[in-house]
Amino acid sequence: MKRTVPFFITLLSGLFCLIAFFVPHPWIHESYGAVQTWAIVVVGCTYVLGVANLLRVNVQQAQRREGDWIYKIVLIVGLLTTMAVGFSEGNHYSDVTSHFNWIYRTFYSPMTSTMFALLAFFIASAAFRAFRIRSPEALLLAIAAFILMLGRVPLGNAISHYIPDAADWLMEIPQNAAKRGILIGAALGVMATGIRVILGLEKAYGGGGEGGA
Amino acid sequence: MLGVERGKAGVHFPAAVSVVFFLCSLLSALPVAAFPLKASDTPNDGGGNITLEWTAPVPVAKEWTLVRRERGGTFAPVTTIEGTVHSYRDGAVQTGVVYEYQLVAQPTNPQLDSEISGATQALASKFDWTKLNVLVVSGIFFLLLFFYIRQAQSGVRWTFRKIPGLDAIEEAIGRATEMGRGVLYVPGVQEIDDIQTIASMILLTKVARMTAKYETNLLVPTNSPGVYTVAEEVVKSAYADVGRADAYRGDQVRYITSEQFAYVAAVNGMMLRERPAANFLLGAFFAESLLLAETGHSVGAIQIAGTANVHQMPFFVVACDYTLIGEEYYAASALLSNDARLLGSLKASDTVKIFLIVVIVAGSLLLTFGQTWLAGFFSTQ
Amino acid sequence: MRDFLTWLRAMDRRWIFLAVGLLVIAPLVFGFHIAPVVPSHRAKGFYDAIERLPEGSTVLVAGDYDPGTRAENYPMHLAAVRHLMRRNIKVIGVELYPAGVPIADDVLRDLGAEFGKKLGVDYVNLGYKVGNELVMSSMGTSIPKTFPVDSRGVPIAQLPLMKGIENFQQIDMIVSISAGYPGTKEWVQQVVSRFHVPMVAGVTAVSAPEYYPYLQAGQLQGLLGGMAGAAEYEVLVGKPALATRGMDAQSLAHVFIAFMIILGNVAFLGQRKPAKG
Repeated sequence: MKRTVPFFITLLSGLFCLIAFFVPHPWIHESYGAVQTWAIVVVGCTYVLGVANLLRVNVQQAQRREGDWIYKIVLIVGLLTTMAVGFSEGNHYSDVTSHFNWIYRTFYSPMTSTMFALLAFFIASAAFRAFRIRSPEALLLAIAAFILMLGRVPLGNAISHYIPDAADWLMEIPQNAAKRGILIGAALGVMATGIRVILGLEKAYGGGGEGGA
Repeated sequence: MLGVERGKAGVHFPAAVSVVFFLCSLLSALPVAAFPLKASDTPNDGGGNITLEWTAPVPVAKEWTLVRRERGGTFAPVTTIEGTVHSYRDGAVQTGVVYEYQLVAQPTNPQLDSEISGATQALASKFDWTKLNVLVVSGIFFLLLFFYIRQAQSGVRWTFRKIPGLDAIEEAIGRATEMGRGVLYVPGVQEIDDIQTIASMILLTKVARMTAKYETNLLVPTNSPGVYTVAEEVVKSAYADVGRADAYRGDQVRYITSEQFAYVAAVNGMMLRERPAANFLLGAFFAESLLLAETGHSVGAIQIAGTANVHQMPFFVVACDYTLIGEEYYAASALLSNDARLLGSLKASDTVKIFLIVVIVAGSLLLTFGQTWLAGFFSTQ
Repeated sequence: MRDFLTWLRAMDRRWIFLAVGLLVIAPLVFGFHIAPVVPSHRAKGFYDAIERLPEGSTVLVAGDYDPGTRAENYPMHLAAVRHLMRRNIKVIGVELYPAGVPIADDVLRDLGAEFGKKLGVDYVNLGYKVGNELVMSSMGTSIPKTFPVDSRGVPIAQLPLMKGIENFQQIDMIVSISAGYPGTKEWVQQVVSRFHVPMVAGVTAVSAPEYYPYLQAGQLQGLLGGMAGAAEYEVLVGKPALATRGMDAQSLAHVFIAFMIILGNVAFLGQRKPAKG
């Protein structure tokens, strides 16, 4: 029962969505729209579970004084404070003078931007550590990388206008062709995985024990 | 009046010119024939749309006011259209109601107006014919799938190329067990409805069974509550399947946050504190891919990544020990299971790929010689 | 030499981080200029598409990004809205990232003040709606039903700008400023393909190649890729700003990364790498 009911729900809803892709008639499409809306509602409800889990895990770790437990308290205080401020300000939460906006500008925005900015440092260290030219293909890749890195900045154009032209050609022709090949393969993989899930050949995602090793 | 002078054969010139002018003025006073306006149901939709097409003769109006009436009703304006346009789709009609249209010239000049169109109604299509090509390829795929499953059930076995990343999964978990360190499984940053996340949950089952069997600590941080609920169920069931339900802990699967970089910061913190010996980065990733992979490398973990996001693949290839690229990632669960039916689906997708390669080559050749029918059939725009 | 190579192999990567930090900060602090920005044909396409719009047109600006990609997306968002307002084109803002709403509010408010535009008459921010592609296809049916109020909670029926705006048929162009999902690809699939609205896009540098097929097929009329694309557009609009200044730092960073690749190969000369997938 635990496995049969989810299997039938998956099968019926999967087939229904497949049919809805091909049939524009309102008999099908209005129901499809309702299914999509309900999916959003269900996902929204899971946020309650998610926040509850977040609080439970961090409160327990703080109570047990596990490693870095101070940061667990910072997280809990931050979460509850932001929620309280946001709810109390209602529709005016995004006003320039609101407290929620102050939290957003002072904490959230700089911290998010900082994490993204770390990529610049990590790319440099990954380039040093891992980009090994050990074969003719790797050498070709390195040359293409150099052309592209120079072609994408004004310095490349200042050295020679052929560099950005070469960079554009590399991106528009060979890169595009290779990427399309990967995308076609991936799309077929999506089809195969989707059909395996819909037909119940793959049940593992639902916590079932069959449909795989 | 006509003046007739100068002999039997001749006609007085001014009189002839006057006749010509008179005839021209008669002609210009006649109304210009109104041009036809074709109204028809917009095909391949759910109703509520009527398509109008016309070719207005020169001189053309500066603008048209499109007017519409139900049969027996009065015309009312719908919209204003530029004079150079030759078609319009009216999306504000009721399905099944009969309408008539006319284009009224602006500034007002009845001679430039169109005819009243024939009566037409918007209908809901039962099949979108523009997606016939998708149905054909999908149909071929389904038929091949059932064919290969039947073959598999009758004992046929195929050989698939080795994917080093898959062989390394058990090796990585074994390494973590020997070192007494844990395994970190990151299922990507998309919601549970994304096919990459579903594929990740399938692989999580296999990884969780192995870690349960070897008694290795498994941590699964998730960035969506939907993924958290499914991942928790998957891991709990996997532990129960191998008879280690008692070993499952409630904090193994955690919801962190839905914010991308906050999630990355938290996972990086987990890597630096817990120092897992094996990292599995399997799912949909975006800008955080290199942040995760580099941090994982810095703590000495063996890293197996898999994603279908093309723009993140280079980062994983450079920074991880093994990378499953595109369809290798989707094929992973089938290859690991060794289930003949699942392998049949791989065989089907490989066969469809060969079919598509043939179509691409044939279509390119035909286009080179001016034959567009094959490319046109597979066009989706 | 051998000692140097040994030191190089064991080098603490924080030296690399320090070098990157200094190279990026130096041009921004000291203001030196490396090379002029030359607009590409993709940025020109973006610029020309907006130039072709008649005055008084209505454009939907989708600011689908959050502070994470602010460095790349914010300059192009700013330059695009500046261009639109300078041409007296009405702007309707919409965001599919919840954290993008305050950024879009800032852009519209600051530029609205600069050009003397009135909120509700010349521009409005409809705000965020959950649902990703569902929001787009719902707007195709009815924008007022999808967004009954704007980001301030004011009913859009009260806004002069939104009078007569029922769906995409009344929208003259879409400008998509996008960080990933949901974003430009979804706008093309859900809106351009179905409703044939002209569209231009500004995206992060790493995802720009993904949209070249759409540009080649004519579904996008222009494309800005990353901060470089934003800088090219700023030059075309005639107001070099954040992105143009950033290009000098980016030039040095790119050269340094190329140098790191070479140095890394020199450092590990003669070492065997274990086979991997």
